[in-house]
Amino acid sequence: MSNDTIKYIESQPDYEGKQDFTITVYAEDRVGLLNRISIIFSKRKINIDSLNTSPSEIAGIHRFTILINESYEVVRKLARQIEKQVEVLKVYFNTDSEVIWQELALYKVSTEEITEKVTVERLLRQYGATAVVIRKDYTVFSVTGHKEETDALVKALEPYELIEFVRSARVAIIKDSAGFHEKLKEFEAEEPGEERVENEFLDKGEKIFTM
Amino acid sequence: METLQDTATKKATTSSPTFKGSGSQMLLNALIEEGVSTIFGYPGGAIMPIYDALYDYADKLEHILVRHEQGGIHAAQGYARTSGRVGVCFATSGPGATNLVTGLADAQIDSTPLVCITGQVFAHLLGTDAFQETDVINITTPVTKWNYQITDAKEIPEVLAKAFYIAKSGRPGPVLIDITKNAQLQIEEFEAYVKCNHIRSYRPKPKVRVEFIEEAAKLINSAQKPFVLFGQGVILGTAEKEFKAFIEKTGIPAAWTIMGEGAIPTDHPLNVGMLGMHGNYGPNVLTNECDVLIAIGMRFDDRVTGRLDKYAKQAKVVHLDIDPAEIDKNVKAEVGVWGDCKETLPILTNLVNENKHEAWVAQFRDYNQQEIDQVITPELYPTGEEMTMGEVLRNINEICGGDAVIVTDVGQHQMVACRYAKFNNTRSNVTSGGLGTMGFGLPAAIGAKYGAPNKTVIAIIGDGGFQMTPQELGTIMQFGAAVKILILNNQFLGMVRQWQQLFHDKRYSFVNITSPDFVALAKSYYIEASKVDQRAELKKALETMINHEGSYLLEVMVGKENNVFPMVPQGCSVSEIRLK
Repeated sequence: MSNDTIKYIESQPDYEGKQDFTITVYAEDRVGLLNRISIIFSKRKINIDSLNTSPSEIAGIHRFTILINESYEVVRKLARQIEKQVEVLKVYFNTDSEVIWQELALYKVSTEEITEKVTVERLLRQYGATAVVIRKDYTVFSVTGHKEETDALVKALEPYELIEFVRSARVAIIKDSAGFHEKLKEFEAEEPGEERVENEFLDKGEKIFTM
Repeated sequence: METLQDTATKKATTSSPTFKGSGSQMLLNALIEEGVSTIFGYPGGAIMPIYDALYDYADKLEHILVRHEQGGIHAAQGYARTSGRVGVCFATSGPGATNLVTGLADAQIDSTPLVCITGQVFAHLLGTDAFQETDVINITTPVTKWNYQITDAKEIPEVLAKAFYIAKSGRPGPVLIDITKNAQLQIEEFEAYVKCNHIRSYRPKPKVRVEFIEEAAKLINSAQKPFVLFGQGVILGTAEKEFKAFIEKTGIPAAWTIMGEGAIPTDHPLNVGMLGMHGNYGPNVLTNECDVLIAIGMRFDDRVTGRLDKYAKQAKVVHLDIDPAEIDKNVKAEVGVWGDCKETLPILTNLVNENKHEAWVAQFRDYNQQEIDQVITPELYPTGEEMTMGEVLRNINEICGGDAVIVTDVGQHQMVACRYAKFNNTRSNVTSGGLGTMGFGLPAAIGAKYGAPNKTVIAIIGDGGFQMTPQELGTIMQFGAAVKILILNNQFLGMVRQWQQLFHDKRYSFVNITSPDFVALAKSYYIEASKVDQRAELKKALETMINHEGSYLLEVMVGKENNVFPMVPQGCSVSEIRLK
């Protein structure tokens, strides 16, 4: 454990209070695994803010992105419980500053309303919105960004009869990750690898072994 | 003419590389390949093809017909606990499968390796609310280490191999395999069975990293008052010898959780007794005085720690566990040593200094003397008219000398048995620790006997718990499991009554339980039985029971309102343990 790591850990955001954490789970693609993971949260009466399942950079390996608002301590325990599941390969958890993330939102508004009362152009420019469909009766805009941004457009559209709104789950890329290709090779080896830099938070910060 | 089944069976017996037959036959072949010899089960509609195949395997697989699926899974648990092998049980779909849930939860929390096979409706009927269809995979997900539904017979060999590997490796646990009826019937040509020893997403044992063991050794070497807590991890890791070597070299006093009891003999000089709510006085009080707390294969259950924010706050904690999720879960560790204690303990023992800690061990002895005077002597040698549970245990110790397997149910008798039973050998204490399942005792004892056929198996059960699974007397009757059943009858649901007395102003709410004539009940199952209510007859009655060739039921009438002490009241610190 280098001193740099200790500093890095110490400079982490407040561990006590709740904050947003993005949990990234690499797992086998198997029926029922989503249930196995979600009950780890519901057993502790913890709400999942958003959950996305998608393929990962490796064929056959699934990537869950789970957003929750909890304290560091709770998230660490949850991550270990998830990682304990037989079909889960690896779990990472990161604060907002450690990930690049996006959410996609769709807005359906009355075309008539919007053309009469607000200039479409202003909306498109101000919120980075894209018109996905324009029909006589309604228009669908999409915005990609953070929750605050997509929420802001909801507010802006409220006076103009927002007919439907939906936002996708968060998807996130971990800044400090080299992807899963190398890691997978270690997992496919019969024995755990020698050098295994895992979640820095987890093992270096607290003198704990890595799996 | 030779039937297909005959051919298949013959092929299986000659263990030819490929095998053509039904999914059911493949399943049974897989069990044999995994070294299974005993199955506890109950047939039904959706598992009939497996039972049909079983008809031809009678010479290789012994099937014990239980009287209820809950009895079947508890028996499989008892078998696993005494034998160290994977317990196997069969149940049908729907109610058969849901009846397994209590046992699965029990096995999950007590880390017992099980493979449970359930039948399921035909794959094309899944989701149609077919007769006896239940979503057993989703029902059992929270209470299994792994589960899987097989809808195609081709999956059977690989899934079974994984099931056994997962159940017994790492931190063991229950696995449930649900097999649809079509897969059981499906005829396939199977490749030779290959055991599983690697699943890429599953790391049963974390890699041992010596640097952390070195840190642990440093802490231990600098400690003035080190204290070892050990749990079932020592037994599950078959690390009893390694553990004994560690404490003997360091001279550190060691106390056990009820799941760890028996890992070292009761009369080992460094065995200072039981932890937790009804544990011994010294270990509880001194938890809050030690300077280094070394936890080995235990998980700081709330019944062990009492109030967590007042638990061992002065101590630096070293935690050795195979399950990374256990470290820092309840108690923060200064040094966490992930790994199988069979591997980590010898490295640690090598790095620690020889020591005696005589003054510190003497402190445990002082507390023990207080406990002997105030609690133990009155319990083991009562002067009043009523018999105590403790004196029954003392008599058992005198007769068996610590070599019996003691299976308990849940409640006062369980705490008394764990406190006072003498154990010379590991895998001798079978109890429902984490889940506290009343009704566990009788069926678990049946399995325990099959797992340890050469030992005397005594099931100690309360009058309440016995009435939860008495149907398993039928299993004993039919298969002749020589289980000694000892009912300690206090005519109450004693543990709940004790709490109502101490914490609810003696408002005895529905704890007054009546019992049938247990002796007549046993005799109706052709099991020898007797009852004692006089101290003068106790020892002889116990001797008769233990020396009886087959199974035997003895009912002992004990004091109605005896309490188990010491006690750490709920919400109190371990150091606030009460002697009365």
